[in-house]
Amino acid sequence: MKALIETIVTSLVDHPEDIVVTETEENEKVVYHLSVNQEDVGKVIGKNGRIAKAIRTVVYAAKTDSGKRIYLDIM
Amino acid sequence: MREITASGQTVEEAVQSALEQLNTTRDQIEINVIDEGKKGLLGLFGSKRAFVKVTMKKDLVQETENFIKDITQQMNVEIDVITKVEGKHVTYELQGDNIAVLIGKRGQTLNALQYLVNLALNKDSDQFYSVTLDAEGYRGRRKETLESLAEKMAAKSIRLNKKVALEPMPAFERKIIHSALQKRKDVSTSSHGVEPHRHIVIQPET
Repeated sequence: MKALIETIVTSLVDHPEDIVVTETEENEKVVYHLSVNQEDVGKVIGKNGRIAKAIRTVVYAAKTDSGKRIYLDIM
Repeated sequence: MREITASGQTVEEAVQSALEQLNTTRDQIEINVIDEGKKGLLGLFGSKRAFVKVTMKKDLVQETENFIKDITQQMNVEIDVITKVEGKHVTYELQGDNIAVLIGKRGQTLNALQYLVNLALNKDSDQFYSVTLDAEGYRGRRKETLESLAEKMAAKSIRLNKKVALEPMPAFERKIIHSALQKRKDVSTSSHGVEPHRHIVIQPET
């Protein structure tokens, strides 16, 4: 899951070396926190959050091993 | 990315030498002249060789295909990708067993992926490509569904003599509806609202 987020985001940003994805497991959900270089923030959010929404749609479609809900937190 | 520096009597010779070393053609490379060189006096004194730096261009369409494969693999879906390029339009046809995961409800996952692939392909590209992502003929089936929906809704709007609003759809799906009803004289279509809630309204012509 973490690798999936990284793969998608790497293709969008100019500074792939600054991508940080952290994983926090909570009771009923797994929260992934994504942060990128300051200059790339717009590239992962997009106009009206269009890119962020597309990333979430794809990530949420992927099945998880634990069957827990996934939540993607951007920045 | 492969990159070499080559030299020759002139810039032209240096480029030729680089092409030979990389075993490629001129349209696949980017040339950077480091030193144009000098002929020198009578070709004897003070002559300097020309140096060029040659970089292999990335094949973006191919790289994007790999990007799609990486994503789907990490989603635990095994697929094959068939890539078709027609001018500036690239179609990636995905084939596999568990393709439903990639399509999602009303194609929302496929549309999200298509949007991301579009961005990835055009990020470093000097020309703009449009991308269609298709999964096991989904786009074709969806087109048929939308065309019959268009006819049904047009009939409804005439029967009720009222405007009929359709649910929000992405631009390329709205286009299918518009063109399906374009020839009809008894109804007209228009799009309203702001993306991503933009939707079609069919209304009877009076």
